[in-house]
Amino acid sequence: MSKIKCAIIGSGNIGTDLVYKIRRSAVLEPVWMVGIDPQSEGLARARDMGLKTTAEGVDALLPHVEADGVQIAFDATSAYVHAENSRKLNALGVLMIDLTPAAIGPLCVPPVNLRQHADRLEMNVNMISCAGQATIPIVAAVSQVQPVDYAEIVASLASKSVGPGTRANLDEFTYTTSSAIERVGGAKKGKALAIINPAEPPMIMRNTIYCLTAEPPDEEKLSASILKMIGEVQKYVPGYRLVNGPIFDGNKVSVFMEVAGLGDYLPKYAGNLDIMTAAGTRTAEMFAEEILAGRIKPKAVEAA
Amino acid sequence: MMTTSSESLKGRRIILHDMCLRDGMHAKREQISIDQMVKVATGLDDAGVPYLQVTHGAGLGGNSLQHGFALATNEAYINAVASRMKQAKVSVLLIPGLGTMKELEAAYDAGARSVHVATHCTEADTAPQHIAYARKLGMDTTGFLMMAHLNDAAGIAHQGKLMESYGAQTIFVTDSAGYMLPDDVRVRIRALQEVLDPATEIGFHGHHNLAMGIANSITAIEEGASRIDGSVAGLGAGAGNTPLEVFVAVCERLGIETGVDLFKLMDLAEDVIVPMMDHLVRVDREALTLGFAGVYSTFLLHAKKAGERFGVPARDILVELGRKKMIGGQEDMIQDTAMTMAKARGLIKDAAA
Repeated sequence: MSKIKCAIIGSGNIGTDLVYKIRRSAVLEPVWMVGIDPQSEGLARARDMGLKTTAEGVDALLPHVEADGVQIAFDATSAYVHAENSRKLNALGVLMIDLTPAAIGPLCVPPVNLRQHADRLEMNVNMISCAGQATIPIVAAVSQVQPVDYAEIVASLASKSVGPGTRANLDEFTYTTSSAIERVGGAKKGKALAIINPAEPPMIMRNTIYCLTAEPPDEEKLSASILKMIGEVQKYVPGYRLVNGPIFDGNKVSVFMEVAGLGDYLPKYAGNLDIMTAAGTRTAEMFAEEILAGRIKPKAVEAA
Repeated sequence: MMTTSSESLKGRRIILHDMCLRDGMHAKREQISIDQMVKVATGLDDAGVPYLQVTHGAGLGGNSLQHGFALATNEAYINAVASRMKQAKVSVLLIPGLGTMKELEAAYDAGARSVHVATHCTEADTAPQHIAYARKLGMDTTGFLMMAHLNDAAGIAHQGKLMESYGAQTIFVTDSAGYMLPDDVRVRIRALQEVLDPATEIGFHGHHNLAMGIANSITAIEEGASRIDGSVAGLGAGAGNTPLEVFVAVCERLGIETGVDLFKLMDLAEDVIVPMMDHLVRVDREALTLGFAGVYSTFLLHAKKAGERFGVPARDILVELGRKKMIGGQEDMIQDTAMTMAKARGLIKDAAA
């Protein structure tokens, strides 16, 4: 079966881990990696795995898009340059999976709303944040059963797994995730808290999800819905594990999760980075399946 | 050898910062009313305390299921207090990852003029945007390195230097666990003194879990600190902060100038603060466990609650949290740890099983 060819923009931790995940896919094939630093380890690894690479930025990729048949691109650079990258690649009919906090396209959490995005043939979808990917499925599992007035998530991340970009712009992470808890998770109001823990050996990513239901919680239905959702996420993140809960206090539902990564390029404790690359890959696969089946055909977007 | 520290400290001027209405919120499960805040704050102002902190115990953005909901918003508390101050400045706590610049701006608009921007003692680089923004607003800006016992002197110096580079005017060594002994304080303050610009001030924030709050604060001053956090009657997390009225008395004996009226502070402690307490803030078994095991002081009441609910002694939970190296902000892990321990002891069943 033929595969949809992909380009990865950004040769850091996320970009490099993506190459490993995309290579395993039955419907995706990584063909290009774009960086800006010729010394980057990610570019060297990509070359070793047979990808074409450039250290000259996204402009150096554009002339090859058509000849090399690139149909999907992953942006793992930064929020500041994402809009430009997306505009240039969309103009050539390349669909963009955004792993930066730029969020210019609709927000995507695969088990919650990926199907809708694929049906609408969105040309740019955003993967929110690691904490968003790890917690919004649970918020959605609750809000699918009964209305949620307020949802709050606490993400604890190993210090070594949090890069300089996230550190310097922690407020963006907070705003983006809080807003997605509402827009994708379905809570009336959302709040996100992040804690960076330097313990050695590094702690595996932990996430706590609290939901306040409008009416007293239906414990049986909620537990079933949460367990089902965990199963859905485990399809692309096997290390997504329920540690404790769901536990009910009045209208408060608490769920305690752990996210271990696959340990492809990133270490296992960095479940926060792994869930982003896994969700991005899952999203691309859904689009690829639709393209291969002839149900959708990405179109060039007129550059505005 | 330092023969007579009292000689060398004579005439030193120290800026005191009261924490009753912020750290004390932890000890009150965030249930201090606006009226009580105004009463305490006007007493502090009248006694000449130059700075007092007013927010939810976890600071800006603290109102949450994780940290509890206070009786009023931070803005309402700050506004009520700031409008009544004759000389004291109102400060706030901001922990990046919980509080944001939007909330800092709202606090400023409500009357806050000073801020502790707090990070764990190894994560200063999560604070550049908040420190820079505080300076832009013209606030007296402190970089606050929490759980300072978990980083060595050279590490604290490096982190403090980073915060200074973002614009912090004061760097605090913060003994959140009340774990440090005077020599632990000495080496860290000394290391900061060696690397920081002479214009940058150094401060110390103690907790009294091993009853070292005063001794540690005096040691910090000996090494060059010029700002000390404490709270009247010690109203704060764990066994409380350095009890401010006791500290002022010690300062008077040593000839350290605080500009604060000791007797007024003593009266405030006895007549206003102690009657407000839900439990006597003291070195009880669990608070001592915090200090002994190096655990974040705020975990105290959460651990007691989780212990009662799941039948695991609070002390066992706190020791386990210390072993797992949990840090400030991870209050969710208290219930999680209690549940995991209760399962292992056959006290509760696994929902997923």
